[in-house]
Amino acid sequence: MTALLTFQDVAKSFTLHLRGGIVLPVVGGVSLVVEPGECVVLGGPSGAGKSSLLKMAYGNYRCDAGAIRVRDGEAVVDVVRADPRVVLALRARVIAYVSQFLRVIPRVPALDVVEAAGREGGLSEEAARARAKDLLARLNLPERLWGLPPATFSGGEQQRVNIARGLIADRPLLLLDEPTASLDAQNRAVVADLVREKLKAGAGVLGIFHDSEMRDAVATRVVDVTRFAPQARAA
Amino acid sequence: MSAPLLSAHGLTKTYGNRLACAGIDLDITEGEVLAIVGESGSGKSTLLSLLAGELAPDSGEVRYRMRDGQTRSLADLGPAALRRLMRTDWGFVRQDARQGLRMAVSAGGNVGERLMGMGERHYGRIRGQALDWLGRVEIEAGRVDDPPSQFSGGMRQRLQIARNLVTGPRLVLMDEPTSGLDVSVQARLLDLIRRLSAELGLAVIIVTHDLAVARLLSHRIAVMRAGRVIETGLTDRVLDDPEHAYTQLLVASVLAA
Amino acid sequence: MSATGMSPFLGGSASRELPGRAPDDAQVPSPERDRGIVASVLDAAGNARGSGYNFAYLDEGTKRMIRRAILKAIAVPGYQVPFASREMPMPYGWGTGGVQVTAAILGQSDVLKVIDQGADDTTNAVSIRRFFAKTSGVATTTRTTEATVIQTRHRIPETPLTEGQILVYQVPIPEPLRFLEPRETETRQLHALAEYGAMHVKLYEDISRHGHIATTYAYPVEVAGRYVMDPSPTPKFDNPKMDDCPALQLFGAGRERRIYAVPPYTRVRSLDFEDHPFRVQEFTQPCALCGARGHYLDEVVTDDSGGRMFICSDTDICETRVAEAAR
Repeated sequence: MTALLTFQDVAKSFTLHLRGGIVLPVVGGVSLVVEPGECVVLGGPSGAGKSSLLKMAYGNYRCDAGAIRVRDGEAVVDVVRADPRVVLALRARVIAYVSQFLRVIPRVPALDVVEAAGREGGLSEEAARARAKDLLARLNLPERLWGLPPATFSGGEQQRVNIARGLIADRPLLLLDEPTASLDAQNRAVVADLVREKLKAGAGVLGIFHDSEMRDAVATRVVDVTRFAPQARAA
Repeated sequence: MSAPLLSAHGLTKTYGNRLACAGIDLDITEGEVLAIVGESGSGKSTLLSLLAGELAPDSGEVRYRMRDGQTRSLADLGPAALRRLMRTDWGFVRQDARQGLRMAVSAGGNVGERLMGMGERHYGRIRGQALDWLGRVEIEAGRVDDPPSQFSGGMRQRLQIARNLVTGPRLVLMDEPTSGLDVSVQARLLDLIRRLSAELGLAVIIVTHDLAVARLLSHRIAVMRAGRVIETGLTDRVLDDPEHAYTQLLVASVLAA
Repeated sequence: MSATGMSPFLGGSASRELPGRAPDDAQVPSPERDRGIVASVLDAAGNARGSGYNFAYLDEGTKRMIRRAILKAIAVPGYQVPFASREMPMPYGWGTGGVQVTAAILGQSDVLKVIDQGADDTTNAVSIRRFFAKTSGVATTTRTTEATVIQTRHRIPETPLTEGQILVYQVPIPEPLRFLEPRETETRQLHALAEYGAMHVKLYEDISRHGHIATTYAYPVEVAGRYVMDPSPTPKFDNPKMDDCPALQLFGAGRERRIYAVPPYTRVRSLDFEDHPFRVQEFTQPCALCGARGHYLDEVVTDDSGGRMFICSDTDICETRVAEAAR
């Protein structure tokens, strides 16, 4: 059985053309593995490149070197080199990505946002509808808000919509970038439950949780990102 | 992966000694939304006209997989077949609704025209389909007999979409469909385009100078500058981690949305 | 129609060469007398003697050009053939297209009938008939059965036309697609590719607005299964007469410089919808003068107190029937 997610010798830098072409190294020599049922939490100070690693795994950031392999059923896809269409197919079936920020088309009601994500993830319309309601209810989003577009919501409410959207479909690999940053303890506990359910069902998680309570509740392993600092690799 | 629905190979077009499009390659398949972004004058509208067969390229070709499964070069089709393609299997949503609609003809007539063009000769069925499509683009049934000259800008664009989609096209070209609209109207239109393209599995090529529109609608993006595609790829990757200096400038020039 | 009854091409000397003329001779023409004119006013070359005009006004080169256009139009039924329309001694809108077609086909032995809205005695009809009587000296008539060439504005005679007859229509706007598409380049494309979906849009609009196809004249037809054609502003009542007609039908549009044709025995189909089939107007009452049913009727106001009657618009058939009844 291959791992769900494998980073192999991945390096990433930014070249800022607008600032004279200076190169900002982000990470280097990244190698790590996420197995089914595992929740690997990235640790380290901000700016160490934790979010960048998630974004690379999602295909959102380019890589300078290395490979990021994601298991798609029997096949394995290298996100770094894959055709955009393959990456999109992977996102539809395999990778769920939940960030702190909700980015949706304005004016679409919250319930529809979540339901649409479910359908994009392969659920039937009825199943998506039912699960969307269930998730929003579990995340304690007041029902009166379901029919409203999330742009008008508080930060915490938006984040819960975002979590519901990210977790509604049965994708085996979850990339969680501080999904609970502005949630209260009660809702953090709900998210922890949801994540544990996914793990139990065989999903793998690569996540960033600054809140230690949340991290302790879900992490099976912590990887310190400072060891991927580009200087360390150069040295 | 199935063969692309439409593909362009080395498309080049010059106006005098000005290069409007230079060696452009791209392809698109069903269910995909491709955004072509760039400033005015970057050649993106010329590219759209070349893809639509409205302009003939100086060199290069556009190939299209017809409904019978045969992939043909637009240049080999001849004007009759090309126009038939345009009014049945393709849609073209124009920036200026007046170019995409008959302003003096009722909304129902505008939607029904393409059906009549395909040989439908039953008034009841034409009207039924027109009403159905008006509903799908959120225009009240009571407006079916009003001409678009009495419609707001947003309604006109939605009517254009209904008029184009009524024949079940597989490819829809859109030229700045949301520009000139109020933001709230724009949002509603974007949602509609996204929903319909996903539901119907359309291939959509959308030309826009608005990166926010490209981000919300498209799966892939092609950045044009001075007639060339300088960067292409996953929309969010190109916008969040732009590689080319010009793309970085373009992204940095936009107010955060 | 001009209320003054003055036509710009009828000068004071217009009928000077016509013997036996009377102020009312055009109003009450007699075929016998008209034929008598032929011998007396033509010179050896066939030109109207003393008129100073070439036979039938147009020079022979122009006639040849128009005949070529006519031949092409007959060869491609319903297709609008461009031609170099000449300035005629009458303004556009007075039938310059029809007059040029008539001039180009008229021979010395022809018998000409001219009608306007079905009537032989209206200003436009009288003027054109006298124009040709003067410039060609051909016989004129009001009888449909006697005419070899009938120039018409807005009607087809009720009497069925026969082989050997030619019906010449005066056409104001020959392009049936014009109301939808102002660009000539585009309408030509549409015709070339037989893209006539837009043509039904007009009918669709009618039904959506009125519940039925309310277009009553200039009702578009498809000719020989190919070109869509504007039958000129004839009432749609006359459309069925165009179908499989033994006579040759020629259409001339002077201002728009187009000639088109329907050869004898050609299929002419009025456009319609399956659930709104083409129908002609029906008149509930018979003609108040001749009692005919199934003719196209004009409403005539008879007094200042709202009195009105419906009478045949085709004056020839109406008068014939009245005369027969009196006999």
